[in-house]
Amino acid sequence: MAKETSKRKKIKKRKVIKKSPRLQPTSTPEELLNYYKDMLLIRRFEEKAGQLYGMSMIAGFCHLYIGQEAVVVGMQAAANREIDTVITSYRDHGHMLASNMDPKGVMAELTGRSGGYSKGKGGSMHMFSREKNFFGGHGIVGAQVPIGTGLGFAHKYKKDGGVCMTYFGDGASNQGQVFESFNMASLWNLPVVYVIENNRYAMGTSVKRASSNQELFSRGEAFGIPGVSVDGMDVLAVKEAGIKALKYARSGKGPFILGMQTYRYRGHSMSDPARYRSREEVSKVRSERDPIDRVRQYVLDAKATDEEGLKKIDSDVKTLVSHASEYAQESPEPDISELYTDILIEI
Amino acid sequence: MANQILMPALSPTMTEGTLVKWLVNEGDIVQSGDVIAEIETDKATMELEAIDDGVLGKIFVQEGTEGIAVNTPIAVITADDEDLTSVEENISKKAEEPGSLEQPQKAQSEPVSPVTETIVGKFNLGTKNLITVREALRDAMAEEMRQDETVFLLGEEVAEYEGAYKISQGLLEEFGEKRIIDTPITEHGFAGLGVGAAFGGLRPIVEFMTFNFAMQAMDHLINSAAKTLYMSGGQMGCPIVFRGANGAAAGVAAQHSQCYASWYAHIPGLKVLAPYSGEDAKGLLKSAIRDPNPVIFLENEILYGQTFDVPDDKDFTVPIGKAKIEREGTDVTVVTFSIMVGLALEAAEALAEQGINAEVINLRTIRPLDVETIVNSIKKTNRVISIEEGWPVAGIGSEIAAISMEHAFDYLDAPLLRVCGEDVPMPYAKNLEAAALPDIEKVITAVKTVCYKE
Repeated sequence: MAKETSKRKKIKKRKVIKKSPRLQPTSTPEELLNYYKDMLLIRRFEEKAGQLYGMSMIAGFCHLYIGQEAVVVGMQAAANREIDTVITSYRDHGHMLASNMDPKGVMAELTGRSGGYSKGKGGSMHMFSREKNFFGGHGIVGAQVPIGTGLGFAHKYKKDGGVCMTYFGDGASNQGQVFESFNMASLWNLPVVYVIENNRYAMGTSVKRASSNQELFSRGEAFGIPGVSVDGMDVLAVKEAGIKALKYARSGKGPFILGMQTYRYRGHSMSDPARYRSREEVSKVRSERDPIDRVRQYVLDAKATDEEGLKKIDSDVKTLVSHASEYAQESPEPDISELYTDILIEI
Repeated sequence: MANQILMPALSPTMTEGTLVKWLVNEGDIVQSGDVIAEIETDKATMELEAIDDGVLGKIFVQEGTEGIAVNTPIAVITADDEDLTSVEENISKKAEEPGSLEQPQKAQSEPVSPVTETIVGKFNLGTKNLITVREALRDAMAEEMRQDETVFLLGEEVAEYEGAYKISQGLLEEFGEKRIIDTPITEHGFAGLGVGAAFGGLRPIVEFMTFNFAMQAMDHLINSAAKTLYMSGGQMGCPIVFRGANGAAAGVAAQHSQCYASWYAHIPGLKVLAPYSGEDAKGLLKSAIRDPNPVIFLENEILYGQTFDVPDDKDFTVPIGKAKIEREGTDVTVVTFSIMVGLALEAAEALAEQGINAEVINLRTIRPLDVETIVNSIKKTNRVISIEEGWPVAGIGSEIAAISMEHAFDYLDAPLLRVCGEDVPMPYAKNLEAAALPDIEKVITAVKTVCYKE
C-alpha cells in the first residue's frame, strides 16, 4: 500500500522580532495607580515572607519575586482575566497576588496552615486557584511549560477564546521539554504566550554561562514562533508587549514568546548567599531600574495622585500584608486527618 | 532453480498472518523488489516484495486466507524454463518432513474464521461477542468518546497510522483530527501537555507506543499528574489515562522489554491497571476513562491479538480496585496479572492433573490492590505464590508477600514464593529470553514447593 502523503500544511516562516515595541501611553491614571498598588503589594508581601522565613514560620524553599514585579503585573494588565490562564514555576507568590488571590490564603500556605490555598499541603511552590485561573505553582524546573501548553490546548479544544500565559525563567529555558512544547504549540497553533522571566541567574549560574544563545526571546525561531525582547522592569513596556502577544495568540496564529529582561534582588531562595554576583551589581539595578520607582514616577507624571495619595496606598498595602501575616500565624495547622485526604478523588 | 516464497514474520510478535491480496498472477514475470502481495500482520497491512527474479510459478495460498503460520510456503518463483511439476512435488515432500515447516496444511485450507482462535478464560456472561483485546481497547475508547466530548486520544501514530499496534483503528475516521491527535516523538512534552489539558477540563487518553518510552515522561506522570491533587488541597484533579503496551515483548531486548507495574504501583495518587482478557481490557479502560484520577493502564503487546468473549453493552465496565478469581481452587493461591494470568491458568490445568487444585487470582488493578480477595483466598488455601514478568526486587510479588504476612500470617502453611522475571536486563537471544521469563515449569515448581510436593 502506498503511504498517503502528509496533508499537514507547511509551517510558515515567521519573523522573530528583535526589538521592544514602541511604547504607547495607553494606561489611564487609575490603571497606573492599580499597577503601583499591585506591584507594591507583591514587594511588601515578599519582604514579609522573607521575615517570617527568618523567624522559622516558613519552612523549606522560599523563592522571592522582589525585583520582578513589573512582569506579572504588566501581563495581567494585558490579559483577559475572565478567560486567560496563568501557570508558572516555584517563584510564584507574585503571580498569585497578581491573579487576585487572597494574600491571606497565600501567606497561610507559606506557613503551612489549614487556611492556605492548599490547606497547608503544598507550600510555597505548590499553590493553585482554579477560581482565579491560576494553575500553579510547579516545583520542577520547566515542567510547567508543557502543562501550560496543555492548558492552551484545552483553550483551543473548548473554543473558549482564552490564552495560557506560561511563565518560566532563564534556567528553565534550557530544558528539553520547553523545546518539545514550542514544537507542538507552533505545530498546532496553540494559544500560548511564553513569558521568559530572564532574571539573569539560574540559581547561581548566569545566563552567559548557561545559554549558547542569550537572546532567549529568539528561542522559538527554529519553530517559527515570533519573539520579542521586553524591558521587564517597566510595567508599561510589559503591558504593551503583552497586549500584542496575547492578541496574536488569541487570533489563532499560535504561540508567542516574550523575553522579559528582569532582575531578582534576593537570592535564588532564602538559603542562597548569592556570592555569584556583586553587591554593586544588585544596588545598581535597584537604584537605576527599580520597577516600583518607575511606576511611581508614571503615577506622578500622569498626576494620578500626589505624594500624599501614594503614602496612603503604601499604608493600605502594609495593612493588607500585616493582616495576611497575622492570619498566616493564627490559622491552625491542618488537622492530622488531612494526611490521608486529597490523594485520589473518591468516586 | 525454484525459490519458495514463505509467509514472512513482519513484526516481532507475529506468528501468523492473513494473505490479503496477491498483486501478481501465476505466470507473471517478477523482479526482485516488486511488490507481489499484501500481508496483514498482527499490527498492520504490509507489502511483500519478491526477493528473486523469475516467473511466479505457482500460488499455494489463495488471497483471503487467514491464520497462515510464519514460514509456510505461499508461492514459488521459478526460472523461466523450469518444469513446475517437479517444483510442486519437491515442496510437498519437504512439507511432510517433520520439523521442516510449521503447519503448512493449515495454510492450504479454506479461509478460517478468527473465532477459531483459542478462547481463554471462563466467562458466563450470556454473550458471544468474540473480539481481540486490540478491538476491545478500541471499542472502549470509541464508546467513551461518543459519550463524552472532552475525551480525546493523543499519541504517536494514533491517528493516520491508526496506532503502531493498530489499537486506534477507525477512530480518526469517526472522531476526526480534533480528537484523535498524532504527536511528534516527544514523550516528555506530550505527557505534560496531556496533564495540562486535564487540568484545563479535558479528559485526555495519552498513548505511549510502549511504556518503555514513558520513562522519558516519568516526571509528568509522577510529579505533575499524581501529586498535584494533594499539593493543591484537593483542587486540581487530573482525569487522564496513560495507556500503552507494557511488559516483555518478543525479541526486542532489554530497552523494549520490561514490566513497569511495580514502578507505578509505588506512587500514591495514581491508579494502576493491568488487564488480561478482552473483558478486562474493555471494562477497565472504560472505567479508567471515566475515573477523575490519573490512571496508568498497562496493556500487553502479546495479548493484543488474543480473542475473548467481551460484552458489547456500552454500559459494561469492570470496577477498579477489584481482582477477579479466574479459576477457583482449594490447594494454593496463584496471584498474578496481565499476560501471566494465561500462564497461571495453563499451569493450573497441568497441576490439576497432578492432583493440585490451584486458585488463580487476576489482580486487574495493581493499585489500589484488592487485599481482601487475596487474603480471603489465602485463608482458604493456606499457600500462595505470585507470578509476574517484572523483576523480583521490590516487585509486585514482594508486595503480595508483605500483604500475606500482615493479613494472613497465621493462615500460611508455607512461605510465599515469587515467580518473576529473572533479575537481569532482557536478553535478545531466543533461548536466553525464554529463560529470563516465567514459564509453566517455573510456576509448577513453585506451586509444588509451597505444597511440599516437590
